[in-house]
Amino acid sequence: MNLTSQADRPGVLAARGLVVGYRSRRGGDRLLLTDLDLDLAAGELTCLLGPNGCGKSTLLRGLTGLQAPLAGRVTLDGRDLTALSSRQRARLLSIVLTEAVDGGLLRCADLVALGRYPYTGWSGRLQPADVAAVRWALRVTGVEALAERRVDELSDGERQRVLIARALAQQPAVLALDEPTAFVDLPHRVELAELLRSLARECGLAVLLVTHDLSLALRSADTVWLIEPPYTDAATAHLHVGAPEDLALDGVVGRAFASDEVHFDLATATFVARQGQLGTVAVAGSQPAATWAGWAMAREGLTVIADAAAADLVVTATVVGGRRSWQVRSAAGSSEHPDVASLVCAVRGLLPALVTLPRAGDPAPAAKHGPL
Amino acid sequence: MVAARTDHAVTTTTSTALTGLPGLSRALALGAAALLAVVLFMLTVAVGSVSIPVSEVVRLLLGQETGEQSWAVIVREVRLPRALTGLLAGAALGVSGLQMQTLFRNPLADPFILGISAGASLGVALVVLVAGAAGTAMVGGLGLLGNLGVAGAAAVGAAVVTAGVLALSRRVTGPATVLIVGLMAGYAISAIVSVLIYSGFGRLERIRAYVAWGFGSFGGTTWSELQVFVPVLLVGLALSTTTTKQLNALLLGDRYAASMGLHVRRARLGVILAASLMAGTVTAFCGPIAFLGVAVPHLTRGLVRSGDHRLLVPAVALVGAATALAAGLVAQLPGTDATLPLNAVTSLIGAPVVVAVLLRLRRRGAAVLT
Repeated sequence: MNLTSQADRPGVLAARGLVVGYRSRRGGDRLLLTDLDLDLAAGELTCLLGPNGCGKSTLLRGLTGLQAPLAGRVTLDGRDLTALSSRQRARLLSIVLTEAVDGGLLRCADLVALGRYPYTGWSGRLQPADVAAVRWALRVTGVEALAERRVDELSDGERQRVLIARALAQQPAVLALDEPTAFVDLPHRVELAELLRSLARECGLAVLLVTHDLSLALRSADTVWLIEPPYTDAATAHLHVGAPEDLALDGVVGRAFASDEVHFDLATATFVARQGQLGTVAVAGSQPAATWAGWAMAREGLTVIADAAAADLVVTATVVGGRRSWQVRSAAGSSEHPDVASLVCAVRGLLPALVTLPRAGDPAPAAKHGPL
Repeated sequence: MVAARTDHAVTTTTSTALTGLPGLSRALALGAAALLAVVLFMLTVAVGSVSIPVSEVVRLLLGQETGEQSWAVIVREVRLPRALTGLLAGAALGVSGLQMQTLFRNPLADPFILGISAGASLGVALVVLVAGAAGTAMVGGLGLLGNLGVAGAAAVGAAVVTAGVLALSRRVTGPATVLIVGLMAGYAISAIVSVLIYSGFGRLERIRAYVAWGFGSFGGTTWSELQVFVPVLLVGLALSTTTTKQLNALLLGDRYAASMGLHVRRARLGVILAASLMAGTVTAFCGPIAFLGVAVPHLTRGLVRSGDHRLLVPAVALVGAATALAAGLVAQLPGTDATLPLNAVTSLIGAPVVVAVLLRLRRRGAAVLT
């Protein structure tokens, strides 16, 4: 199970024989994940990935000491997590949670300074070293300019950065984040992932990012811990560890996330609706116009294949002097289109099977997770 | 990796922004609140059915002789106890309201609204019933031990209700639901107190004293009650200054606070202890005083523009003292022999603040009424 890059020595956060789930007062604990051996490596961004409701957050609480595991032990920096005082633990491990923070009248600098909690005395007064740590945290997360702003005036993306700065002000060895991108739009999500990876690289942090955002994890993670949900109620989920590419090529990603409606297409690393049985299409020509036309064809229910000779339709993209055009060829003839919308209209007309479909019942967008 | 962590923390410039020192404007705001409290304290001593010139009040408070001998008696036996009571009661109610608001993460929490004052009155009623005190005041003529017993019983009653409402509030969502739970708890407990008083005492003057006590007053305390009242509230306020760091962490919610190394249960217990001690004692000796606990923290936040409890606790204590003294002055209706119920005045101050807070929450899109 232990496939991390540092298999020879335990990670800064390590689990042995860990069992997580819910303890029931009437007996018969509900086990979510059993017999986990996990090592979180310093300097790496690890994504804990899985469909909604598979036990990601429960595992995170078990690993961070916020919830006692049902069995097994977790070590942090070589020491048993339960043997550490909460103050010692807070100096080694900090978290960013999904839940909204109502900072009230707190300014961002105040909020980040709260991260010094495990270092300050009874009154919470900051010493020069604390101030330096706060400044460093504000700088590396790029929120220095927001320091004097009030927390409730920030956008969601800015607030997440400030919360990450707060966690960094704890100067931890391990930074754990529970779905921090849930309320952040796509460009800022990519930005946050890049920030986390550079923090891991440059500061030697072990970063554990819990997310259900597959494309983000596949693109950004050094290591993925992928939870494959159980297929019967009696079984527990399975946790796979590996580089994201290995897990995808092994078909684990497809198994964990696939449903009756969609399957994971390895070629495009996207989820595709399982109704691409209407015909086949080959796409060629200038990039990226050809690729985008291919996605549109897939959305229309066609299977994109490489072999033009075997395909029902052939779409060729050309770009001349900044003008894009798409040509579609079939047994019935060919036509030229200045944009994808008209190309799609033409293709709908070409396939009799499509014409019979009721308009209101058009297939849902197939590329569920969008292009990578 | 430890080396890498410290590498980045090399700049050591300090600034007021990060050291948490109050800036100049905040110091000014604190000073203004303190000055206001002192002025109102003097006015409380000076003004009443008999007016005493402020210059004479100052002389009397400094222990010097004055021309009119009766003034010394009035100041010593009536005005000074009343002013001290108002000063400390206001500071204590304000700080316990602030603590409740952070503890419950609810901007409308306060000892009166959450039924904590009612819990305190139940404790008081039980002690008075058992001790069978004589006299016309609700808690008059009990002696030092009796006064300690009353304060203790009130604090215990307050703490039990606080813990109960807090436990319930963790099962329901939405601030308004918690407030309704607190209000209902308050009504139920007040009803039990009424039953106890009306059936158990059976004497008309007791019932009258209970009804008068329910109106709230800073005037019912003599030096013998102040022997308990003053030290207990000073202990409560001192305890509160040790909870400021925990309260700041709790602003982010229990889970964040725990992740930063806070023992959430222990911190909660400490805050409940300090808040209940103060709210319970004030309720025992002054009656259940409405709305000061909810209004004062909001007025103070508006004044100092900060959410940092290290600044807020002293500021709330000062603004609370000033507000309570001002309300007491209005209730005295200076220049007349009549007095208003203190609760009527504090409600007139507090109710608009509650409505303003509700409106602001609505504007911010917070789900108040869920």
